[in-house]
Amino acid sequence: MSILGTRVLRAEDARLLTTGGTFIDGLALPDALHVAFVRSPVAHARIESVDTTAARSRPGVVAVLTAGDVDLPPEPRSHRRVPDAMERPRIARDVVRFVGEVVAVVVAGSRAQAADAAEAVVVEYDPLPAVVDPEAARRDEVLLFPDAGTNVAFSMPSRAGDDFFAGCEVVVEQRIVNQRVAPCPLEVRAAAARWDGRRLTQWACTQNPHGTRAGLAAALGLDTGAVRVVTPDVGGGFGAKHGTYPEEVIVAWLARRLARPVRWVETRGESMCALGHGRAQVQVARLGGTRDGRLLAYRLEVLQDVGAYPSGATLLPYMTRMMASGVYDIPAVDVDVVDVVTNTTPVEAYRGAGRPEATAALERVVDRFAAEIGLDPAEVRRRNLVAPDRFPFTTPTKATYDSGAYEAALDRVLEAAGYPRLRAEQAARRDRGDTRQLGIGLSMYVEITNPGGEPEYGSVEVRADGTAVARTGTSAHGQGHDTAFAMIVSAATGIPFEAIEVRHGDTDDVPRGHGTGGSRSLQAGGSAISGAVDLLIERARERAAELLEANPGDVVIDPGRGVFHVAGTPALARSWAELARPGPLAAEYDFEPPGATFPFGAHLAVVEVDTETGRVELVRHVACDDAGTVLNPLLFDGQVHGGIAQGAAQALFEEFVYDADGNPRTANLADYAFPSAAELPSFERVPMETPTPLNPLGAKGVGEAGTIGATPAVHNAVVDALAHLGVRHVDMPCTPEHVWLALRSAAPPPARAGE
Amino acid sequence: MTVNGTAHDHDVEPRTLLVQYLREACGLTGTKVGCDTSSCGACTVLVDGESVKSCTMFAAQADGASVTTIEGLADGDRWHPVQQAFHEHHGLQCGYCTAGMVMAAVSLLDEVPEPTERDVRLGLEGNLCRCTGYHNIVKAVLAAAETMRAAR
Repeated sequence: MSILGTRVLRAEDARLLTTGGTFIDGLALPDALHVAFVRSPVAHARIESVDTTAARSRPGVVAVLTAGDVDLPPEPRSHRRVPDAMERPRIARDVVRFVGEVVAVVVAGSRAQAADAAEAVVVEYDPLPAVVDPEAARRDEVLLFPDAGTNVAFSMPSRAGDDFFAGCEVVVEQRIVNQRVAPCPLEVRAAAARWDGRRLTQWACTQNPHGTRAGLAAALGLDTGAVRVVTPDVGGGFGAKHGTYPEEVIVAWLARRLARPVRWVETRGESMCALGHGRAQVQVARLGGTRDGRLLAYRLEVLQDVGAYPSGATLLPYMTRMMASGVYDIPAVDVDVVDVVTNTTPVEAYRGAGRPEATAALERVVDRFAAEIGLDPAEVRRRNLVAPDRFPFTTPTKATYDSGAYEAALDRVLEAAGYPRLRAEQAARRDRGDTRQLGIGLSMYVEITNPGGEPEYGSVEVRADGTAVARTGTSAHGQGHDTAFAMIVSAATGIPFEAIEVRHGDTDDVPRGHGTGGSRSLQAGGSAISGAVDLLIERARERAAELLEANPGDVVIDPGRGVFHVAGTPALARSWAELARPGPLAAEYDFEPPGATFPFGAHLAVVEVDTETGRVELVRHVACDDAGTVLNPLLFDGQVHGGIAQGAAQALFEEFVYDADGNPRTANLADYAFPSAAELPSFERVPMETPTPLNPLGAKGVGEAGTIGATPAVHNAVVDALAHLGVRHVDMPCTPEHVWLALRSAAPPPARAGE
Repeated sequence: MTVNGTAHDHDVEPRTLLVQYLREACGLTGTKVGCDTSSCGACTVLVDGESVKSCTMFAAQADGASVTTIEGLADGDRWHPVQQAFHEHHGLQCGYCTAGMVMAAVSLLDEVPEPTERDVRLGLEGNLCRCTGYHNIVKAVLAAAETMRAAR
């Protein structure tokens, strides 16, 4: 039996469980200097002066540098239509635009010396008015970049006419704040660099080593061949570690300038303000249809807060727009996008990156529509799903869904959750006026994975001892690629799983790659490994034919035994070791995806809401996530669980909060509501597999799916618990305060006839 | 102090935290730093058998104590049942919280040998994980409790 599709335990675990693994801060670099950054404590100000005199005289200090000392170009623009005036310098020059922006950099003999000296740098700021709220920023009263003349960094205007909702019997509208959150990987950012006079070696805490190589090379004016990026263990990324940050570029620059190895690790406080944030959209969703539940027109306005500089977030609304109509067949869809800058931490990709925002808006407003026409939310969804015989299905926003079985996912989740029983329990609690009301929230989603459609590199090599090494351009940071890719090699070759080493993350060892992000790794990286294995087997078959003095066409592989033999004579066989002995036996393959893939699913959340205190408890979460063929259910479930937790956390707990002056109020893990095990239940997963025709594995991406499905399910559940009390919406996160305020301001619904 | 059975003797700055001492002086980098507010628990170790967030203790305070870190948990090649259960139930992904989570779980099971799911969730409240959603961590700790109960 093939090991594909089975619960193979992870190859990665042994070192992580016994030595704790090798993360950048644990690397032995004995003579490395330590870097600390001086960061702006104010959200918007002119830099009057930076006095480094005292800092320079502190013990162990090697250098204290400001913008004028560092000849680095500004960050590349995130889109050609972003105004030039909005460029981001690597070190703030004249103006600071968010709390946490780098103002100066200190290099010293020890971490403590660097931190002490950073505190001795005296910066005088002349405060400017700050704008924090994106709706205020859009009014252009306070400008971050006066030369741009506007805070609008990018826009994609609506194409809808005045008659957009013509023919709709019912139109509902909801303003939705998809709040700013902090990704919070457990490992904060870190970097180390060494310059040997000719080449740079950079240890990077990244999801994308080859992207980092390109970013560093461009910033330093080097050929990519003069940069080696090594990515050891990385403690989570969630999208926020995909790009190349100014600090990483400065660390590289320092190693070259000082001709000494340097290293840096940030504090959590720094990370909360300088690692990219996520989400941060204000949306207005309008959904129109008929009284019997047919959806006809959907219009979404997206105001994306990109933070102080238009970086990764600039293009998040592209994805929101593309995925706007979700699993539904809605004839008219229109999306209006405006990106604005604010005096806050720049926003980057965060688990889902633009798709959770699309699903959250749509699923919330579908529930409002259902409430308006008095139809069960499951039924409204069912009546509008794209039917299984319509794939590939192209939406009005030009997404082409590869495969799907949406109604089946809905049915399975309703069945697994015991939907009618839950509704009966809810009715009973309502009847008796229970102070712990039950809420049942549904969401359905379809999302896009490997959205950029980038190719991926894979190779496999068999050593003379019969063991194998596979190389990939993806870069795991918790996903389990060592395990998944070794399974692919083992299943096809018969080489034992334990004898296969998977290597990634060193750009000198792996020639090219696009890293891990957008849930692309298995479908692109795994398919590349699979393609390389196919080529390897072809080559091995030819070599076996020579050794067996047979026609290559007559030689077959027996993957059960890991040997080649002439068909019909299995006793006379050649092992991989025998085939590899005469000389290198290897193959490489670049997988070119014919298109993105579209995982989908249905989630159902059950919450209890205390109507006196506003406290919400998530008591059940049932999820059917279909991401095509499952390679390893252990890894798949793990991705879904983590995704659900992050999605539920956005619905219930997390928000990165600024005061009106742009001071962060949640810049540590004591104030930021990162949930623990005590706030979450165990999750109920319902399996379903609808393969994609777009790659040999049949796999779509599952990394982000759980997050995308979970947030609106939990959010809808909270509103549902209070619907009979007249509540139509609660702003996320559904904290006791938000719930209580929603209850207070709700108008009790008129009593229905017969009640 | 004794760390994982080996005696360590250093002069330290008064401000040196136990976690810094373990990582920098003893070279035991399995114990992690994940925050600066004693919120995340990535630095959890055992001090005289009890779990301690090693960022909340000065190295000097642990003078004379016996400290166990993730590197010293297994008995040679034989893993502790909690390590084994984290592996079998996929209780770790990126691995960054893992050392602290495992040490906290070992301590929890020492105090509450037959925990309910709720006991485990409350007992690990001081340890944050961003990858697993805690689902498999909780499963692993319950499984380890069962293994340890059967072995008694």
